[in-house]
Amino acid sequence: MAEALTRSDGPRPSAPDPKRAAPGTRSRARNIDRPWRWASRLLAVSVLVPLTVILGSWLFFEPEVWVHLGGTVLPQLLVNSFWLVSGVALGTLLLGVPLAWLTATCEFPGRRLLDWGLMLPFALPAYVMAFVFVGALDFSGPVQAGLRWLFGLPPAWSFEVRNTFGVILVMTLVLYPYVYMLARVSFLGQGRSAYEAARSLGLGPWAAFFRVSLPMARPGIIAGLSLALMEALADFGAVSVFNFDTFTTAIYKAWFGFFDLQSAAQLASILLTIVLVALVLERRYRDRARFTDAARSGSQRRIRLSGGAALAASLFGWTIFLFAFVLPFIRLASWAWAARGDLDMRYLELFSHTFSLGVMAGLLTVMAAFVLAFAQRYHGDFSTAVSVRIGTLGYALPGSVLAVGVMLSLTWFDNRLADAVEWLTGQDIGLVLSGTVVALLMAYFARFLAVAYGPVDSSLERIRPSIRDAARSLGASQWETVWRVYLPMLRPGLLTAGLLVLVDVMKEMPATLLLRPFGWDTLAVRIYELTSEGEWGRAALPSMALLLVGLVPVILLVRKSARA
Amino acid sequence: MKRKLSIGLLVVALSGPLFASADEVVVYSARNEHLIKPLFDRYTESTGVTIRFITDKEGPLLQRLKAEGARSPADVLITVDAGNLWYAAESGVLAEIDSPTLEANVPANLRDPQGRWFGLSERARTIVYSTERVQPGELSSYEDLADSKWRGRLCLRTSKKVYNQSLVATLIARHGEEKAEQIVRGWVANLAAAPFSNDTKAMEAVVAGQCDVTVVNTYYFGRLQKAQPEIQLAIFWPNQDSSGVHINVSGAGVTRYAKHPEAAQKLLEWLSSDAAQAEFAGLNMEYPVNPKVPADPAVAAWGTFKADELNVNEAGRLQADAIRLMDRAGYR
Repeated sequence: MAEALTRSDGPRPSAPDPKRAAPGTRSRARNIDRPWRWASRLLAVSVLVPLTVILGSWLFFEPEVWVHLGGTVLPQLLVNSFWLVSGVALGTLLLGVPLAWLTATCEFPGRRLLDWGLMLPFALPAYVMAFVFVGALDFSGPVQAGLRWLFGLPPAWSFEVRNTFGVILVMTLVLYPYVYMLARVSFLGQGRSAYEAARSLGLGPWAAFFRVSLPMARPGIIAGLSLALMEALADFGAVSVFNFDTFTTAIYKAWFGFFDLQSAAQLASILLTIVLVALVLERRYRDRARFTDAARSGSQRRIRLSGGAALAASLFGWTIFLFAFVLPFIRLASWAWAARGDLDMRYLELFSHTFSLGVMAGLLTVMAAFVLAFAQRYHGDFSTAVSVRIGTLGYALPGSVLAVGVMLSLTWFDNRLADAVEWLTGQDIGLVLSGTVVALLMAYFARFLAVAYGPVDSSLERIRPSIRDAARSLGASQWETVWRVYLPMLRPGLLTAGLLVLVDVMKEMPATLLLRPFGWDTLAVRIYELTSEGEWGRAALPSMALLLVGLVPVILLVRKSARA
Repeated sequence: MKRKLSIGLLVVALSGPLFASADEVVVYSARNEHLIKPLFDRYTESTGVTIRFITDKEGPLLQRLKAEGARSPADVLITVDAGNLWYAAESGVLAEIDSPTLEANVPANLRDPQGRWFGLSERARTIVYSTERVQPGELSSYEDLADSKWRGRLCLRTSKKVYNQSLVATLIARHGEEKAEQIVRGWVANLAAAPFSNDTKAMEAVVAGQCDVTVVNTYYFGRLQKAQPEIQLAIFWPNQDSSGVHINVSGAGVTRYAKHPEAAQKLLEWLSSDAAQAEFAGLNMEYPVNPKVPADPAVAAWGTFKADELNVNEAGRLQADAIRLMDRAGYR
């Protein structure tokens, strides 16, 4: 052990890149690295298997559906997807980054409330936001009808909201919290010192922000942005409320329309490849620049904004809060009130299922994300890097497609298991795993590992390797270092990750529908049952319930991270 | 070997209780919970047979059924739309059953000729118009909605919904692809707004004055009418002197590898019987398939109509052609 403790982190203080490590040091490092590496590989495999099922679709290529789609709707879908992704990227950055910086490092009227209030839209599923938005703002909705009545406009007067702009707006309002939350963790970690140093060296406030604070927060921002974009790209629920066709629409068309899961899986694997390439490029580029925090001094004062600046900051924050949360909340609440007759004792059960699935998946996924991120950073060889990439790909697939991938691989395994038992004992035990909570947790894990990995990795990246060396040189074992140094320092990141997964799992619909055990209905299942019948008003009740359960962890997180 | 055996036995012992119950039926349903559970509860009460079920979209449910294969716990598949029923039968997950009761209760055009699925409720996809801006005399048929007199007055639900795919499939069966495509192109040219995500939204647009006429399933209209009795909308039965109104079904079949095939068949027979049909259809304001059972009074008030007698199976067979046609015609 002692030998291992003195091993070679010294020569490669921050970069885990194996290519840069001297060959001799690696062979010695191997023994202690092994558990981390194997753990990360094992985790990756559990995501890889369902992905392989999807990629395996290329074994049988029938061009029919491709030819049809390519000749008719595909070009337009690609254009739509391009605008959606670009728009959401721009929108979530413009909202998420400045808001995170303002609430994390400045002081202005309402800052305390906005600090956590701006996270709340995250508890609102995109499909719910979409139906609230379209329901309120479409031609037949109260807003346009009210305007026509108020100003005596002609009955045909209208504006269209079910278009590219509307979709981008809705997606931005529900997805900016990813960027906001992850950037906020980064800015909180930076504290004020770097910014102050830049100012004292003669940079103006804007230059200090753009040249110092922003680049330092980049890992967090990028992690948040990639989650937002993956979700936008793979979304089906919200875009179908708008009847806005994206690449994902083509996947569903191939599957549900042409009953051709092969082609659907092939289309989905293209989506996967695009995301993979983007992530690898980003990582390449990011590796050139690396930032770690200065030691955080205990109590950092905030930058006190005054006058026009304070007013502008306040107005900006409150406007976003109003449109992303307060107004949809009021609309949902009024619908839910009208549907209150549906509320019965079963909601207790729905609550407990929703919440317990979220907590189980959250714990599991955050632990796995920590192992992956840690292995990648300190024990990284090429195959670990690959494991991490694979492990975090599940989020790039449309939910139903991934759910089917998990279901197919699990039932295959289940069938083989039953075959084996039957061969041994002569008795057919049936399927023991599919249709249990295990199946569901596997799907959540495969889908949301990326969500947990982002915040964990980006906060790990901001911890100086010298801290670890210090702990080691003071005689702490590897596990002690992890337990007593890393985990406490990573707390904001781990909490953020846990919250994201918890809320995401509670909102998750396709995998829950397909893989839940008999009787395990959740709030999202209830929402599906009602929206699929076009009963948006009645769906507001479970949506409202979901929102309220989602708020609990958000508030919890904010209180904890404020203390940290 | 001995150890393997004991592990095997352990697994058997642990999972045994899950499969022990004989008096039960397991249902995979694409029809929503609130439309089936009240009936299941009644069935359990009167027969003692417990029913376990899960609900999901047709596509994933069917994949699950296929993947589970011979070990699937499912006994019954309930789904909506002829296209889905046809495809389920085609992919071999449903058993052929021979039941004089079902054959007597379900008319021949509403079930699979080979007995793999049986319609349980019937809905018409019909025209709904604004009573303020349309005289019923202006309306005649689905085909007529392609006429330029409806320019800027038509609202439709998206072509991605299977109900519209089935409707267009029957147009193909009736007129051939070329003529059907002309009709669909005519519809698209007449649209007052981009297609809507559901029937209710399309009707709300008619009420608000965005357009004058739309095509919806009867039960969506019924639901809206129930919530707002004074609503300025009415049903029109098209194609009365030609093919008849397009109808579709929700239906069910016994799965091929059912563990409780007799119990499953009994459940289906009960669902098609006088005892259950009124409620099965009534819960969703649909028409009972069983001709002996009268429709809910609110539904009966819409009047009688001549229905398209084409076997609904045909719509399933032509569904893919219909989607391709609508894509070509630019009907989103």
